[in-house]
Amino acid sequence: MPAELETVERVRRIDVDQYRYGFETIIESEKAPKGLSEDTVRFISEKKNEPAWMLEWRLEAFRRWQTMQEPTWARVDYPKIDYQDLYYYAAPKKKPELASLDEVDPEILKTYEKLGIPLREQEILAGVVRPEGERRVAVDAVFDSVSVATTFQKELKQAGVIFMPISEAIREHPDLVKKYLGSVVPTSDNFFATLNSAVFSDGSFVYVPPGVRCPMELSTYFRINERNTGQFERTLIIADKGAYVSYLEGCTAPQRDENQLHAAVVELVAHDDAEIKYSTVQNWYPGNSEGKGGVYNFVTKRGDCRGRNSKISWTQVETGSAITWKYPSCILRGDNSRGEFYSIAISNGYQQVDSGTKMIHLGKNTTSRIISKGIAAGKSQNTYRGLVSAHRKALGARNFTACDSLLIGDKCGAHTVPYVEAKNASALFEHEATTSKISEDVLFYCVQRGLSQEEAVGLVVNGFVKDVLQQLPMEFAVEAQKLISISLEGSVG
Amino acid sequence: MSALLEVKNLQVRVEDREILHGLSLTVNKGEVHAIMGPNGSGKSTLSHVIAGKPGYEVTGGEILFKGEDLLEMSPDERAAKGVFLAFQYPVEIPGVATMTFLRTALNAQRKARGETELSTPDFLKKVREVAASLNIPQDMLRRGVNVGFSGGEKKRNEVLQMALFQPSLCILDEMDSGLDIDALRIAADGVNALRSSDRAMVVITHYQRLLNYIVPDYVHVMSKGRVVKSGGKELALELEESGYAQFEEQAA
Amino acid sequence: MNVAVVKPTPERALGELFATARDRLPGSGIVSEVREAAFAEFAKRGLPNRRVEEWKYTDLRALLREVAPLAAAPDQAALAKAATAVAALDVIDAYKLVLVDGVFAPKLSDVSALEAGVRLNTLSEVLEDRDNKVRGDLLLTNATSDVMVSLNAAMATDGFVLNVDDNVALKKPIHIVHVATQTGTAAFTRSLLRVGKGAQATLVESFAAAAGAQTYQVHDAVVVWVGDDAQVQHVRLVEDSHDASNVSTAIVTLGAKTQFNSFNLTSGSVLSRYQGFLRFGGEHANATINGVNLLKDRQHGDTTLVLDHAVPHCDSREVFRAVVDDRAHSVFQGRINVHPDAQKTDARMMTRALLLSDEAEADNKPELEIFADDVQCGHGATTGALDESLLFYLRARGLSEKEAQALLIQAFVGEAMESIADEQLRELAIATAERWLAARG
Repeated sequence: MPAELETVERVRRIDVDQYRYGFETIIESEKAPKGLSEDTVRFISEKKNEPAWMLEWRLEAFRRWQTMQEPTWARVDYPKIDYQDLYYYAAPKKKPELASLDEVDPEILKTYEKLGIPLREQEILAGVVRPEGERRVAVDAVFDSVSVATTFQKELKQAGVIFMPISEAIREHPDLVKKYLGSVVPTSDNFFATLNSAVFSDGSFVYVPPGVRCPMELSTYFRINERNTGQFERTLIIADKGAYVSYLEGCTAPQRDENQLHAAVVELVAHDDAEIKYSTVQNWYPGNSEGKGGVYNFVTKRGDCRGRNSKISWTQVETGSAITWKYPSCILRGDNSRGEFYSIAISNGYQQVDSGTKMIHLGKNTTSRIISKGIAAGKSQNTYRGLVSAHRKALGARNFTACDSLLIGDKCGAHTVPYVEAKNASALFEHEATTSKISEDVLFYCVQRGLSQEEAVGLVVNGFVKDVLQQLPMEFAVEAQKLISISLEGSVG
Repeated sequence: MSALLEVKNLQVRVEDREILHGLSLTVNKGEVHAIMGPNGSGKSTLSHVIAGKPGYEVTGGEILFKGEDLLEMSPDERAAKGVFLAFQYPVEIPGVATMTFLRTALNAQRKARGETELSTPDFLKKVREVAASLNIPQDMLRRGVNVGFSGGEKKRNEVLQMALFQPSLCILDEMDSGLDIDALRIAADGVNALRSSDRAMVVITHYQRLLNYIVPDYVHVMSKGRVVKSGGKELALELEESGYAQFEEQAA
Repeated sequence: MNVAVVKPTPERALGELFATARDRLPGSGIVSEVREAAFAEFAKRGLPNRRVEEWKYTDLRALLREVAPLAAAPDQAALAKAATAVAALDVIDAYKLVLVDGVFAPKLSDVSALEAGVRLNTLSEVLEDRDNKVRGDLLLTNATSDVMVSLNAAMATDGFVLNVDDNVALKKPIHIVHVATQTGTAAFTRSLLRVGKGAQATLVESFAAAAGAQTYQVHDAVVVWVGDDAQVQHVRLVEDSHDASNVSTAIVTLGAKTQFNSFNLTSGSVLSRYQGFLRFGGEHANATINGVNLLKDRQHGDTTLVLDHAVPHCDSREVFRAVVDDRAHSVFQGRINVHPDAQKTDARMMTRALLLSDEAEADNKPELEIFADDVQCGHGATTGALDESLLFYLRARGLSEKEAQALLIQAFVGEAMESIADEQLRELAIATAERWLAARG
């Protein structure tokens, strides 16, 4: 079978070096001394002008972290991380007060331009012709440890929506932050979340007041630039009663030989009748074709459907990172609440993905839906790990799970590890999983009709992930689709 | 003479919503009644409540069957007394062979009535006869109940059971839904063969079409949880002409 | 005045367990060495708890607490009681081999009746045979490092070593009957079955209690090799007393073009774990591994299966059903490993749990681990109550609530029983399920 051989050959020559976001921005930056101690935590807190309570909160997390062990249960393998050999804070040097976007280091602005992330509102408004009715997107850009710009603040403020760097929110909205920070992912939750609680530097804060439908998509764009620097961002989104917000995060990092650590925490709170839609396009640097370098992505994301009829929906397109360790979850506490998880996880080269979700049904008549599409190519390992559980009092809980894996080449692995736990008879859970390869018959059919082998694979893969792509906000679905093709380039198509 | 079925001022709720607001209906032996009405008028609710489906709360009124309080009986007691509901959507029961199901159900009813169970040869003979008359192939009887059956086959399976159990009241819930004209004719022929002076039928339908095949003695129009008009079979034709709109206002 | 009772630490209790049993364990020399090493492994790791991933849902430290002392060898009275229990199980036409409290009971067995082509030894006699250089291997396995298998190797008192010669087709099943007559003690047994090339054999295992036996523990292991082109059926019926515990392991290796068909039914024991490790060692083999848990009261029943598709072109099918009533807890873990070269593997697994009570619990963990691309693998898992619309349909046709439930439950478990090829065994399984349903009342 020549076609098959060719495919295998291509997989061998796999070229993840085509990572398009691997450039470095040369700017002056200010760092905390290398290593992690109480002093590092104090340094970060001081840099951020934080109130005393916030420092205490961090220190308590730090002390707890020192007693914790790094988890080993995931199906990922990496050399021991020396936590004392990292920088925990890096910020572009800037003037004391940033009056407008014009004062942002032009190099940084250029970086975002190169990444295709518009930060100038006037450009967004005036710029290229936009189709009628297309929604605008407010962006918070986080560069290493700090937020460099947040767009559309004024317009959002009129709607009553708070969208700002979390470091500002700690100062300007301490009551909201105090009330919600750590209420979904407690400081003691897990090794990486606790580390984040001690040293997080920035991230986004969103509060949508009762009854408000956020007038535009909100988005944060994360960029790791500095060498040997961990990125620990913290995101907190609260949708008050009857509110709605759609939020998207994107991530990239320069191409480097050493591994970069990223340990983020995202907390979502949805009150009665509120809805939060959280989408991620994760494209951290995956490492080169020999498996050198790349981002270690250890992320804790959790949503709390606290109120009745609340809804939280996670959509993720994971194509980057050398290691992905991430389980965006929903705690379905409110009666009739709903959790959703839609995931595309693509691994190529030497990437290792261990990702999935947890749907914890606590309230009555709660429903959840999990659609996971894993695609493994090259020498990568791709694991879906998920938990669906119904508490004894979660009467009428419903879950549907479908996780499908596609293998491209015979040097990769695809794994499915679901935990399905029912503690009451009225729970109805359905789970199905399949693993398959792209059918040679289908490929032949397409090629016979004139498609190239790569186009044919692209067609099949896009069909395979369609259910999930549809969940993304339209602006990003197209981008994600392109990203998928790029991620698989060199494997087959 | 006491009526076979008497529904008196029946009020029914589902969760917080009242579906039937005082419905009355009397059906005597030998009669065929058609109940017509738009979607959501409460037709299927009425059939479910008569058969005893859980999830409905009777808040007022009563249903007497052969003079007895039907609402006090469990669904299987009602079946043994002779109430048969032909389901709009007969369920599929994988793993339970149709033949096993038919015998278990028939004998359960006979036992409840204090009759002896039918011997296996007698049972088989009877099933084969009825199945042949309804064009039901033998292999269908060996398969799981309704599993993989077409819409027409499922309805014929309902008629088969009707013929086998010989109930005194048959309620046909939207028997024509999902059937093409040929399938409908076969099912209707089966039903007509069961018309007798000992048995009554209540035919629930949205469309007049079914009543060309199963011709009723009486027609009742339901709207918004009440019977708003009753008449002879000509009422169905009248409805075909003028539609339900006139009754909607009347009910409101 | 109260006398303070010093509770032995788990370590001390463990040490005593082996020390006091040592004199009774057959085999010296190499066998003793293997036992010592196996026990040291067990002593080091102890009973598995929920932090051990494979035992996540069945925490033996919490549920079993400790391993009971070794059961005494049965006396005449025990054998008499056992005879009554065996008679009750004697409903199939088979060669009966009886183990009472972990010791072979020849008088209750059909040894002389065995067909030509079958060689039978007891485990204890092989372990004692100093001329047998590989006798220590009977207690070793490389299929798993599970600590309960190590405990079994350290403590096994008896069992059978069976050989079916090449191309011999056994006319009747071999039926190993485990009977417990004591209270509060543990029996450790291990049997090995080697089925020659092109041979055909059926192995049935029953677990039951003699009248009066309570809170006993069964620790059993079965090791089966199926030669190329051979066909083997394996049926297990766990009907231990309602307060007993049963921890059993089956280790199966399949040759090329074999057909292996297994079925496990657990309705007894307050605590049971059946773990099966099956390895495809030759191409074009075909395995069906089905099981049913029927649990009520406070029973905890765990079925854990690990399938290793180590070679290409093999098919596996797993169908598991759990019916869980009262406050019972059913666990199913099924893992399919497809090794890098095992192309054209076709592996499917379906597990379904039916919860009959609001306090019943079911945990399902179906796993796929796949390293070959040209494969078809899938699993499904569902959990739920009896379908209300089906129940109503049946009741509307005249069935009482219990009759309707029973019919649906029988159909539910029937899907896992259809595959039992031997008709008398299939009927036995169905009858066991019917008895269980009838006892629900």
